[in-house]
Amino acid sequence: MIDKILEKVEKLDAQILEAESETAEVAKGLVKAVGSSEEVMEDTVDGRADWKAHNKEISKLKSMREYFLAECENLTPEDRVFLARHSQRPHVDDIIDGLFTDFFEQKGDHLYDDDSSIYGGIARFHGIPVTVLGHRKGHTIEDNMKYNFGMPCPEGYRKALRLMNQAEKFKRPIITFIDTPGAYPGMEAEEHGQGEAIAMNLAKMSQFHVPVISVITGEGNSGGALAIGVANRVLMLENAVYSILSPEGFASILWKDSNRKSEACELMKLTAADLKEAGVCDDIIDEPIGGAQRNYEVVMRNMDAVIWKHLQELMKLSPNEVKNDRVSKYRKIG
Amino acid sequence: MESLLNTISLSFVSKNVIEEEIEKKDGEPVFVTCKKCKRRSLKRNWKDNYYVCPNCGKYRSISAQYRMSLIFDPGSYKEINAHMKANDPMKFPEYAQKLEKQKNDTGLEEAAVTAVGKIGGHKTTVVVLDSRFFMGSMSTVVGEKVTRAVEYATKKKTPLIIFSASGGARMQEGIYSLMQMAKTSAAIEEFHATGGLYISFLTHPTTGGVTASFATLGDITLAEPGALIGFAGPRVIEQTINKKLPKGFQKSEYLEAHGFVDKIVPRNEMRDTLIQLLDLHQK
Repeated sequence: MIDKILEKVEKLDAQILEAESETAEVAKGLVKAVGSSEEVMEDTVDGRADWKAHNKEISKLKSMREYFLAECENLTPEDRVFLARHSQRPHVDDIIDGLFTDFFEQKGDHLYDDDSSIYGGIARFHGIPVTVLGHRKGHTIEDNMKYNFGMPCPEGYRKALRLMNQAEKFKRPIITFIDTPGAYPGMEAEEHGQGEAIAMNLAKMSQFHVPVISVITGEGNSGGALAIGVANRVLMLENAVYSILSPEGFASILWKDSNRKSEACELMKLTAADLKEAGVCDDIIDEPIGGAQRNYEVVMRNMDAVIWKHLQELMKLSPNEVKNDRVSKYRKIG
Repeated sequence: MESLLNTISLSFVSKNVIEEEIEKKDGEPVFVTCKKCKRRSLKRNWKDNYYVCPNCGKYRSISAQYRMSLIFDPGSYKEINAHMKANDPMKFPEYAQKLEKQKNDTGLEEAAVTAVGKIGGHKTTVVVLDSRFFMGSMSTVVGEKVTRAVEYATKKKTPLIIFSASGGARMQEGIYSLMQMAKTSAAIEEFHATGGLYISFLTHPTTGGVTASFATLGDITLAEPGALIGFAGPRVIEQTINKKLPKGFQKSEYLEAHGFVDKIVPRNEMRDTLIQLLDLHQK
């Protein structure tokens, strides 16, 4: 199981970091003693032994880490569900920081409330004004609660629609980032029309004349994910998952037993590779080995390249072609 | 895929329809017990009352064919895309056998029945989801039949009426089921753009993916009395908020009070109400 492997890897990460800082201390000490550069340090006999021992220790730790990370090459669908939900995975706020400039946040549905589980606004992507939005989860338990674990109420979907309608009006491409356990199943959410809010987004998104790109970055569960995901191009991070329901919910509905989660993960065909085969996902964005949480820089670079590639392709189409491209993508499924 | 216009007449008769017709068995009158009040009433009385309990007024689910016979002008309608058979896109374990059983039990090929006919003289496209078949859940074929019916209505410029009854997504069809929400909603939106009238009629139960797609996109939304209508199921909500839901929560009357239903229409007024609305929208 990937959680056990990652535990070991993270322990090694910490040890390596510590060893490296010790080495740096040694180096600093040597430089100070000799009062000169690293080259001089190399010549100091005592220092050399010390230096070498530290480096040997570091490379030993690193090769151990490599060994464990190699086990992350073959992940099971359940492993990917674990990674998709990892609390340190890059979320929409990190991504907006990383890929966009000039971000101007827009709040509220301007009807009733501001649902903080949807985060978005106007920004530049490669210099082009776009509307960007996504599910917001937060990395800490306090933030998770503040953002309702990324589970929007109708107000969140209506806020998303408000932002997207403006994108259509001002001819800005729309880029959405999906990461949600699902739409919030609460009493008020029902009273305020959760079903209607999702349906309206699906209907309106299908008809936009501006390019829509959706990236599933973590878990994309049910209508709560699709409600901001009717796109010309659906991209998925390598370890993201996209499904009709959480594997636990699936097992509970189908077998009345939420403990049969592993089995559900296998059967649901929820990985990026499965969904590409099904024609739902258009492109997969590579993650660093061991998951996106291990290296934001690599994830951002990969995400940027793939989104930009698809956006450039879509920007060559006429507004009607953009709309028809999207409608026909979904028309063909099933 | 066969052509959209490949219509065939409603030639099959489901077991339930036969059941609905039977009033006597072995020369003895048939009684039916109401699930709610537990009182037995003559089948004949149930039938005269459109399968609403003659004693307590509880609505019994009715088959798609029977509903169509109640709303269309007699002999005026034809089923469209009746040949479409259920699909198993994920080759899901035991699904094929379950489908076979549902087919045998209901005489239906899938949970959606689509037809074109006249209602009060107005040519109308009608979709009825039949809750007996996999709880009316959204499968690829349900999504496809709904979409084709909407496209037919768009092309032929007829009003559209959809009677929803659904437990939500068809689990065994996974992500393909989810995508039907986008497909059907897109078709409805294109229908709206041409100026067509869409009446969404919500019946027991309308939940999940159907609620979050075509069922809530009508110009006019009607509901049968006492129907459960919602996105999340009551059990899931109770588990989430960790308290009991109030009586009547997510029932038609509750939705009407919260502003999501235009009118609650009893079954005996269904046809007249539809004719009134079709008349009002005649161009």
